[in-house]
Amino acid sequence: MSTFVTDTLNVMNRELKPVWREPMAVVFAMIQPLVFLCLFAPLLPEMADGSALQWFVPGIVAMTALMGASFTGANLMEEMQSGSHERQLVSPLGRPALLVGRALKEVVPMLMQVAIIVAVVTPFAFDLHLGGVLAAAVILSVFSIGVGALSFALALASKGEDWMFWTVQQTLLFPTLLTAGVLLPVDDAPRWLEVVSMLNPMTYVVDAVRALFAGTFPVDVVLQGVLGAGVVAALGLWVGVRAMRRSS
Amino acid sequence: MTRGLTRHFTSRKQTVEAVQGLDLEIGQGELVAFLGPNGAGKSTTLRMLTTLIAPTSGSASVAGHDVVTSQRDVRRAIGFVGQGNGAGHRQLGRDELISQGRAHGLARADARRRAAELIEDLDLAAVADRKVSSLSGGQRRRLDIAMGLVHLPRVLFLDEPSTGLDPQNRANLQELIRRLHAESGSTVVLTTHYLEEADALAGRVVVVDHGRVIADDTATRLKSGLGDLVRLGFGSPGDSARAAARLERVPEARVEVDGQSVDLRVKDGSAMVGELLADLAADGVPPTRVEVARPTLDDVFLDLTGRSLRETQQSPTTDADAPSAPTESEVAA
Ligand SMILES: Nc1ncnc2c1ncn2[C@@H]1O[C@H](COP(=O)(O)OP(=O)(O)OP(=O)(O)O)[C@@H](O)[C@H]1O
Ligand SMILES: [Mg+2]
Repeated sequence: MSTFVTDTLNVMNRELKPVWREPMAVVFAMIQPLVFLCLFAPLLPEMADGSALQWFVPGIVAMTALMGASFTGANLMEEMQSGSHERQLVSPLGRPALLVGRALKEVVPMLMQVAIIVAVVTPFAFDLHLGGVLAAAVILSVFSIGVGALSFALALASKGEDWMFWTVQQTLLFPTLLTAGVLLPVDDAPRWLEVVSMLNPMTYVVDAVRALFAGTFPVDVVLQGVLGAGVVAALGLWVGVRAMRRSS
Repeated sequence: MTRGLTRHFTSRKQTVEAVQGLDLEIGQGELVAFLGPNGAGKSTTLRMLTTLIAPTSGSASVAGHDVVTSQRDVRRAIGFVGQGNGAGHRQLGRDELISQGRAHGLARADARRRAAELIEDLDLAAVADRKVSSLSGGQRRRLDIAMGLVHLPRVLFLDEPSTGLDPQNRANLQELIRRLHAESGSTVVLTTHYLEEADALAGRVVVVDHGRVIADDTATRLKSGLGDLVRLGFGSPGDSARAAARLERVPEARVEVDGQSVDLRVKDGSAMVGELLADLAADGVPPTRVEVARPTLDDVFLDLTGRSLRETQQSPTTDADAPSAPTESEVAA
């Protein structure tokens, strides 16, 4: 095995240890999306083509992925403040591996959260299409890796300044969610919002996840989703690895 | 080894010359202590030598590898215990030791075995399987040190390793460092604020201040000529004056009277105390109180620079455009 692969696995395994040991933390991390689900679901209008939950749940799933992965930089921030990031920088672990291993780890809590949401809503008016959910999970994994990498890059750029990290993260989080059409459809939005929505790669991820959760497989929508997630992942890993190389 | 190592930090147009043209040659297998007050540039020097930050000018090589151009080789050869906590707070101590071993290329079984050894050596058995955040400061410090030793590094850098340790663990640590040094022949470079510690551990003491080396010698020689401080208390100012007069006769001693107490600074003062007391008692002025103090960093400092540590102040220079003369400095390890 190449050094890069070994190093990446080492970093990923280390990051996963707290996840395996305290899986409940993963549940707590998704309180916000669950609250949204409980509050919004009763308000949703009945739709012509089936239950509103069917439309809303995939959005919440994507939101959970975005939130979980975008918070993750805070963990690195804590390690930068305590000195354990410094210790890893002095070890022979490759800089790309330090970033990639962390980003890959994001897939695990994300999948746990998707499983929880699906399990929670299935007893209600929600049709489970397992194949579609699994395909959507693949797209969301790629998306999570990218968002996680961006979050780590932000943590590194913030140089351990908490306020900087949280300000930027919060400022970007909700516009991203809203323009991706997670909570409300953007179909009837004004032109400028529509443009922003089209430029937001998450829009395509959400559309693809919705289609797949509904048990359909429109090739163009799914491909666009894969592409959207791929763009986020490529960008995130590129920016993140650059930031990690400069980290000291 | 290092050559003309210099590092400036610029923030808000102020340039802090943290390390200025450090030239040092440290041989394989030496045990060296960097001794200096807060802000002297000890950590900055270590951070350059461990590849964490690049020198502003000058160069350094560690274990034969350049710290800028062969970072990976340097990292493979060194162990580093920084001023912070190396172990992640959400992790278990043992896991961190194993993962550090793996990072240095140990096979899984070897990494486990080594972790167990170090847990034993550093007396961490009771806490190694707990979350790091639940450990006490000193326990965490010992874990940090264990992490720096996992791969038996050829060159070990320790930044204030004893900070936060109780006297017992401080002694254990010194013992451990000495043993590691004796057994593996590793080069050890550590920083400290305490002359006693430098003395107890290191064959060579490099005193730094304002980013410069102001002395580089054995602790014994740094202290020689300083003498111990013997402080005697008396029942009345009259007694102390009389005792002082008598103490003036001690060869090469400096005597100062302050009210009811007399300070005597003299070489090997601690060995002389018994005799002194007997002599004063015979003279009818037995001291009511006796204190003997070994020379401290402050004393060495005063001796070297003519100013006391308390007077030492950070003086960031504001001349942002002053040419940073690339000095010849070499730090070898
Ligand atoms: N990142 C930085 N930015 C600006 N100035 C810095 C930075 N790091 C260190 N300095 C300055 O460089 C000088 C040397 O700092 P350094 O940390 O090397 O001191 P030290 O000898 O390790 O002190 P201590 O005993 O307190 O640990 C100090 O004046 C410090 O304020
Ligand atoms: Mg320091």
